[in-house]
Amino acid sequence: MDLMEYQAKELFAKHGVAVTQGIVIESADDAAAAAEKLGGFVVVKAQVKAGGRGKAGGVKLAKSVDEAVEHARAILGMDIKGHTVNRVLITPATPPVEEYYFSFLLDRANRSHLCIASVEGGVEIEEVAKTNPEAVRKIPVDALEGVTPEKAAAIVDEAKFPAELRDQAIEMVQALWKVYVEEDATLVEVNPLARLEGDKLEALDGKVSLDENASEVRHPDHAAFEIREEADPLEAKAKDRGLNYVKLDGEVGIIGNGAGLVMSTLDVVAYAGENHGGVKPANFLDIGGGANAQVMADGLDVILNDPQVKSVFVNVFGGITACDEVANGIKGALEILGDAATKPLVVRLDGNNVDAGRAILNELNHPLVTQVDTMDGAADKAAELANA
Amino acid sequence: MTIYLNKDSKIIVQGMTGGMGSKHTTLMLQADANIVGGVNARKAGTTTELNGKELPVFGTVKEAMEATGADVSVLFVPPAFTKAACIEAIDAEIPLMVVITEGVPVQDTAEVFAYLEGKKTRMIGPNCPGIISPGESLAGITPHTIAGKGPIGLVSKSGTLTYQMMYELRDYGFTTAIGIGGDPIIGTTHIDALEAFENDPETKVIVMIGEIGGDAEERAAAYIKDHVTKPVVGYVAGFTAPEGKTMGHAGAIVSGSSGTAQAKKEALEAAGVKVGKTPSETADLMREILQSL
Repeated sequence: MDLMEYQAKELFAKHGVAVTQGIVIESADDAAAAAEKLGGFVVVKAQVKAGGRGKAGGVKLAKSVDEAVEHARAILGMDIKGHTVNRVLITPATPPVEEYYFSFLLDRANRSHLCIASVEGGVEIEEVAKTNPEAVRKIPVDALEGVTPEKAAAIVDEAKFPAELRDQAIEMVQALWKVYVEEDATLVEVNPLARLEGDKLEALDGKVSLDENASEVRHPDHAAFEIREEADPLEAKAKDRGLNYVKLDGEVGIIGNGAGLVMSTLDVVAYAGENHGGVKPANFLDIGGGANAQVMADGLDVILNDPQVKSVFVNVFGGITACDEVANGIKGALEILGDAATKPLVVRLDGNNVDAGRAILNELNHPLVTQVDTMDGAADKAAELANA
Repeated sequence: MTIYLNKDSKIIVQGMTGGMGSKHTTLMLQADANIVGGVNARKAGTTTELNGKELPVFGTVKEAMEATGADVSVLFVPPAFTKAACIEAIDAEIPLMVVITEGVPVQDTAEVFAYLEGKKTRMIGPNCPGIISPGESLAGITPHTIAGKGPIGLVSKSGTLTYQMMYELRDYGFTTAIGIGGDPIIGTTHIDALEAFENDPETKVIVMIGEIGGDAEERAAAYIKDHVTKPVVGYVAGFTAPEGKTMGHAGAIVSGSSGTAQAKKEALEAAGVKVGKTPSETADLMREILQSL
């Protein structure tokens, strides 16, 4: 789960990272009070889960309370890379003397953690890596040892942070590691890490991604970071029912079992769509192993409520799951949904107990259900029906 | 021959007495796997009957290994306790540890991986279907009824795509099919399995299945180019996956422009691997190669 800047800064403050949290507002009417409280000279920052907020005009400096209100009004409701701005963060304007970059992240390739630090911050680190690769230091962190005070000092020296900031930087690195480890993050990024007037080091921005598996297992408090109205309504509905669903922009609803098979199903439908007016998959939905009637009904309910959906493709390979259970699940789901089931269903069953499964659906003889025996054939049929 | 697992493998199950554990231990026994016991500290000294076989429950992996000579452990331990269960198995020097559990915090897996350094244990998973050597043994949840023994070696991140591909090629059969798991950090990689299949005389051809996220497929492609002489056919899932969304598997995410299916396919093709557009086309490519052998 990616956090917004103000949420990341909450975690920074919790673990002792030098940061000024500021005030979050959702209405421009509250901007005046917030700006006044912070002294009038403030920065108004759009809070969305997207990079490049500054370039998009979502970050503005205000020299007065009136100007802050004006900026808040302009930024709230703005669209940044498909995200509507519902809240802005107002922070005291503290112009940096110098800007650095710092992050801890999961290093998949080396199956460990990595620290990236640079004295050239404030711009995209990928850009610095291209223009001045020497200035971007990548330092592996051992997953068992973590960041000890000695390791933190080594990181700071390797990154060549200025000597007069060394002690502050070492403290900052240890605090950021605490955020990374104690909150089970996969990314903790500070850009810019700023040197302010009076040689004070502070995190002026923050980006944190949390490991959802860990949040589930040991961080019940992370649930508070989810902002429901920011989520797609169908995704929120699916999540409430424990379904693994991702909304996409297409016409063929997809239900399948197993993440890999469902991803593959989306691809096969997209290829089939090339011959049927360019229809595309409408969603990712993995119902996992136990495809009983209720899970199937919940899944179909979410998909049928997507107004873009024209047809649905149920693609199940019975591994442990038996196809007759899945067929009974579809039968039961159609009973539960009744008249709410309005769109054609193409079903492909294969694997464990396939004959019994197909027989159940043949006997059901439901006007909306078409059975096709192969994945490619079924995808083609579903695409054809979505283009009808 | 097979890789990593054969008919002589003696298997214990950590978490055997739980719901998933007992269900799949039964299915493993039905696949003729030589299950020799389970581990549960709270039920040490008792026995459990599964599929008509009386199985002893031990307090620790070490005790279970000493009593039974077990050389494989399969873990059905809940995610919160998986790290501790893995460390225990590694300390007991179990040669093969198959971690089925989905939902393990990735920092836990990173710690376990670091702990494996210099130890005697091979880890498969987590978040994987495990490993099957058809006709010989099963350590995991892959249905043993899909396909029999044959000349194909299969390595895949995904469970259901493993099943689908085994089904498509069931007329030929497999030496070993290994599901390495869909998490961002896993123990055994595509490269490890490719190396083992290359060295296994009975494996004639290899199917490699990947998906979006990370760069494991790109690195496997480079490995194939330099080290694999047997024909490899590939498949990659997730061409239509949007950027920044996790597609079911914790590791299946396109970040910015990295981890895309297109990049993986191109890397594999550049290494001389034939890559199918769909699972059935992939099976057809494999069939052509098998017919020409």
